[in-house]
Amino acid sequence: MSVTSRIDAATSEQGAPAGVPRLDVDPFSTEFFEDPHPIHEVLREAGPLVWLDKWGVYGVARYAEVHAVLNDPLTFCSSRGVGLSDFAKEKPWRPQSIILEADPPAHTRTRAVLAQVLSPTAMKGVREHFTAMAAAKVDELLARGSFDAVADLAEAYPLSVFPDAMGLKREGRENLLPYASLVFNSFGPPNQLRQEAIERSAPHQAYVAAQCQRENLAPGGFGACVHARADAADITPEEAPLLVRSLLSAGLDTTVNGIGAAVYCLARFPDQFARLRSDPTLARNAFEEAIRYESPVQTFFRTTTREVELAGHRIGEGEKVLMFLGAANRDPRRWENPDSYDVTRRTSGHVGFGSGIHMCVGQLLARVEGEVMLAAIAHKVASIQITGPVKRRYNNTLRGLESLPITISPA
Amino acid sequence: MPSIIFIHPDGSRQQIEASAGESAMQAATRNDLSGILAECGGNAMCATCHVYVDEAWLARLPAMGGAEDALLDGAAAERQANSRLSCQINLAADLDGLVLRLPDRQL
Repeated sequence: MSVTSRIDAATSEQGAPAGVPRLDVDPFSTEFFEDPHPIHEVLREAGPLVWLDKWGVYGVARYAEVHAVLNDPLTFCSSRGVGLSDFAKEKPWRPQSIILEADPPAHTRTRAVLAQVLSPTAMKGVREHFTAMAAAKVDELLARGSFDAVADLAEAYPLSVFPDAMGLKREGRENLLPYASLVFNSFGPPNQLRQEAIERSAPHQAYVAAQCQRENLAPGGFGACVHARADAADITPEEAPLLVRSLLSAGLDTTVNGIGAAVYCLARFPDQFARLRSDPTLARNAFEEAIRYESPVQTFFRTTTREVELAGHRIGEGEKVLMFLGAANRDPRRWENPDSYDVTRRTSGHVGFGSGIHMCVGQLLARVEGEVMLAAIAHKVASIQITGPVKRRYNNTLRGLESLPITISPA
Repeated sequence: MPSIIFIHPDGSRQQIEASAGESAMQAATRNDLSGILAECGGNAMCATCHVYVDEAWLARLPAMGGAEDALLDGAAAERQANSRLSCQINLAADLDGLVLRLPDRQL
C-alpha cells in the first residue's frame, strides 16, 4: 500500500472516529527531532487518544495510556511490526525479528533466552571490567580536556566494552552504529531518513548477518551464550543468529544515546552534577533519570489485533497505535516537576525502556554501562562546560546528539 | 485494604497501606519506602525489589514464576528459601498483615 493511499484511507471511512482529536503534527520531522517537548504537550493535552493525520495512525502520549498499550500485548501486538509498516500488508525490509516483532507464545521462548543471557548474574560477570574501562576512558578524556562528548565519550565508551562483551571480531565494527541507526530509522514512516538508510544498508546488513554466525563469535561472549542455548534445544540453530542480531541491533546505539543524554544533562544542570559528585552512589539513578528525562527511544508502534476500546474510544482491528514514550515520561499526571532533571527522583515506572513483555531485555546491561561511567565522572571530574554548538542527530526513533563539545576539569 | 509490614535491615518496622490490586512493590514505591528500588517498574526483569517473606506467610503467596526464580539467583543480597520479588506479590485481601523483610541491599 502506498503512502498516499494510506492517508486517503485514513481520512475517509477508516479515519479518526468522531471525538478523537485530529492533529497534523509529524513526530518524524526535523521540527520534532529538534524539540519534541512542546509537541508532546500538545499531544498529551489534546486527549488520551489522538489521531495523526499525517500518517493515518492513532497516538497515545499520556503515561496511563502508553503504559496500558505496552501491557496489553495480545490486543496491541508487535508481530505486525513495531514501526509504521504493517507486516500484514507489507513485507518487512529485513527478516522479521523473532523477539521484538513477535507475540506470545512464540515471543515467550525467545525472550527467556535473551533474558537469561543478559541476567543479573551475567551482569556480575562484566561489571568489574566495564568499571575499569569507564575509569580509563575518563582519565584519557581528562588528559585531553576538550573533546566531543558524543564521539569521544558516549560512542567511544560503549564501543570499548560492548563489542568485546558480545564476542565480536575486531574487523568491521565500524558497521555497528550505522546498522543500529538504520534499524531505528526503519521504524519510522517512508520519509527520507528511512528510505536513504535502507538504500545504503546492504554492507551493514551483510556485516551483521555474518557476525551473528556462531563461528564468528568468541567463546564466553553474549553471542556465544545465545548459540549455546540452541545446544540446549531452547531455540533452534536457525533462531540463534536472529537473536544475536537483536543484541547487535539494540545493544549499542541505545546505550550511546543513554550515556549521551546523561552527560548532556550533567553539563546543563550543574546543581545536579554537584549533587552527584557529593554522593557518587547516585550514579545509577542519575543515569536512569536521564533515560526518563530524554527518552533516547522516543516512539514505538503497536497494531491492534481486534476492535478495542481505549480511553473511551473504539479502535478498529488492524490499526497502528504510536506510543510516545518520551511524552509519557514527562506527563505531569504521573510525574512531579516532569521537566526537571533530578538525580534523586524515584524513577521506577518510567517507560524509557518500555514496559511489559517487550521491555528492553538489555536494560541491565545499559544500567551497568551508564552507572559505571557516571560514577567515574562523579569521582574524577570537577566541572563540565559546553564549549561549542550542540548539534542534534536525526533519527526516526532515537533521540540523541550528533555533537556535544565540552571541556572537563579534574576533581 | 490490605496493609503490609516491612521490616528494615536495622529491625525497624514500617506499616504501609496498600490499595487492592497493587503489588507489594507498588505499595512500597508509592509510599516512598527505602529499600525497594524496582528499577524495571514491576516487570520481573531486574531483581531490585527483593524481599524475604515471613515464614508464616510464605505458603499463602502466589506461586513463583520461572522469570522470578531465575532473577532471584542474581539478586544482590543472598537468596534464601523465602526470597521473592515484591513486584510479583499481588496484594489480595487475604494478604492483609503480610510481613516482608528487606535485604541489606538491592544492587
